[in-house]
Amino acid sequence: MSLADDLYRETILDHYHNPRNHGAIEHPTAQVEGVNPLCGDELTLYLNVKDGKIEDVKLTAKGCSINTASGSMMSELLLGKSVEEANQIVELFKKMMLDKKEEVVLPDDLEDLEALRGVKKYPVRIKCALLPWNTMLEGLGNALKSPTLD
Amino acid sequence: MSKLNVEQIRKDFPILQRKIAGKQLVYLDNAATSQKPRSVIDALTGYYEGYNANIHRGIHTLAEEATDAYEAVRETVRDFIDAEHTHEIIFTRNSTEAINLVAYSWGNANILPGDEIVLTAMEHHSNLIPWQRLATERNAKLVFIPITEDGQLDMEEARKLISSRTKIVAATLMSNVLGTINPIKELAKLAHEKGAVILVDGAQGVPHVKTSVRDLDVDFLVFSMHKMLGPTGVGILYGKTELLDAMPPFLSGGHMISSVWKDKATWTELPWKFEAGTSNIADVIASGKAIEYLTALGMDNVREHEIEITRYALQKLNELGDITIFGPKDATLRGGVISFNVDDIHAHDIGQICADAAIAVRAGHHCCQPLMRDLNVMGTARASFYIYNTKEEVDLLFEALKEADKVLGHVACR
Ligand SMILES: Cc1ncc(COP(=O)(O)O)c(C=O)c1O
Repeated sequence: MSLADDLYRETILDHYHNPRNHGAIEHPTAQVEGVNPLCGDELTLYLNVKDGKIEDVKLTAKGCSINTASGSMMSELLLGKSVEEANQIVELFKKMMLDKKEEVVLPDDLEDLEALRGVKKYPVRIKCALLPWNTMLEGLGNALKSPTLD
Repeated sequence: MSKLNVEQIRKDFPILQRKIAGKQLVYLDNAATSQKPRSVIDALTGYYEGYNANIHRGIHTLAEEATDAYEAVRETVRDFIDAEHTHEIIFTRNSTEAINLVAYSWGNANILPGDEIVLTAMEHHSNLIPWQRLATERNAKLVFIPITEDGQLDMEEARKLISSRTKIVAATLMSNVLGTINPIKELAKLAHEKGAVILVDGAQGVPHVKTSVRDLDVDFLVFSMHKMLGPTGVGILYGKTELLDAMPPFLSGGHMISSVWKDKATWTELPWKFEAGTSNIADVIASGKAIEYLTALGMDNVREHEIEITRYALQKLNELGDITIFGPKDATLRGGVISFNVDDIHAHDIGQICADAAIAVRAGHHCCQPLMRDLNVMGTARASFYIYNTKEEVDLLFEALKEADKVLGHVACR
């Protein structure tokens, strides 16, 4: 078995080859650029937030497989969630990826994210997995501040 | 077949026995840093266990032995690059520091507003940022010699760009991305005709190509010992005597002075004027062993081996079909550095799949972001060879790339 099986397991490859919610939103309530300075990977996140709920989310990414798959999974899970729920999910995912002591248990509806847990074994790649999520945190913050909310 | 006995050479490098998850290490990241032979490693412990002392001041046996060993390496380096004088060899930390030394000391004394500094489009950040800072401070202008379709310097443009406004040309001997070996002798001639000086970044070139500063007629040459079998922490600055003599010191403090008063000081002579503070004694001494190792092999044989393996690799990797290889197609025009992309797979994914096969390659922008933009890529994967690499290792790389293409190739949605 190759080490890469951790990284390139089916779920990740599926999202990598067919990224969900790929593209742009024409008039988003929030638009954020994320950059991983280590490798220069870039992504643009578009959000439509109405009445505190994520009505639409789209991503265009120029990144590695981990980055692309992670963003695709994130978009699928957060679409339709309230900003508050979304923030909680992002924080939970970040904790799973970053906490070295505690093994974070994911609820059933987030089990797809299990596929990304293997990335923890490759410290340099954790940033790739987190880039979409950190960009999302910023986007959710902006969406709340955005005047179109009222 | 080249004259190098690669099987024998491999026995001199303890790390090549290393296994990663049961697989034999295949080290193809030599452009980042080379591995070290036993003689270099032994020289480090030999110094620390036998004659560790500070140099140039003690009047005891150890200090004398250490000073002699350290200064002997200066002569070894002089001979290796065919400089005229031993005092033209200055020890720094690495190539980057050597370039900073020149940009600061020579640059501040010579660059005026409106002057032009000519670089190439393929410079490593180390031979770019120090000049950017100097140009900004001095209101000088940076000018870039572009590259041709197959990654060579556009010499026709060079002839136009190097002008009476040019004060210095700073160019790499060999590109760490494209592998291109540049026509330095011609550039030096163009620079000198216009009254400019030339600095050559030999970080990639000197380890692989026989280099004579007198034949090339360059004013400054920098290189790093860690890329040529030596330890980390030692760079070389070569400079012509009259230029070095006229330059003010870079770092100041102990060792570089002649006389010191409370309010003023005078500098000592070359080369020590540029070696402030306690030097990296152990690593300089071990660097001497690295040069001796290369000299015993013969730099012409090193070059011949690398042409052979590069030619083989270019041909083998092209069998992948889905691969883009950057730089000259002709192995005699380039060093053993091959940058490539497979399909539209991200370079880090290629690096990862190679790593799983115990193959060390580099992935990313290789400290050449402007060149990446010129090539219109985010980054590349890069395999780079040295004296201990074999065609079998190229075959293993080929297999890993095939695997990467199978797992990750042909992405639909981008
Ligand atoms: C062409 C070139 N110049 C300069 C450098 C910088 O060398 P160092 O990091 O030893 O200062 C490198 C090393 O990667 C290089 O490839």
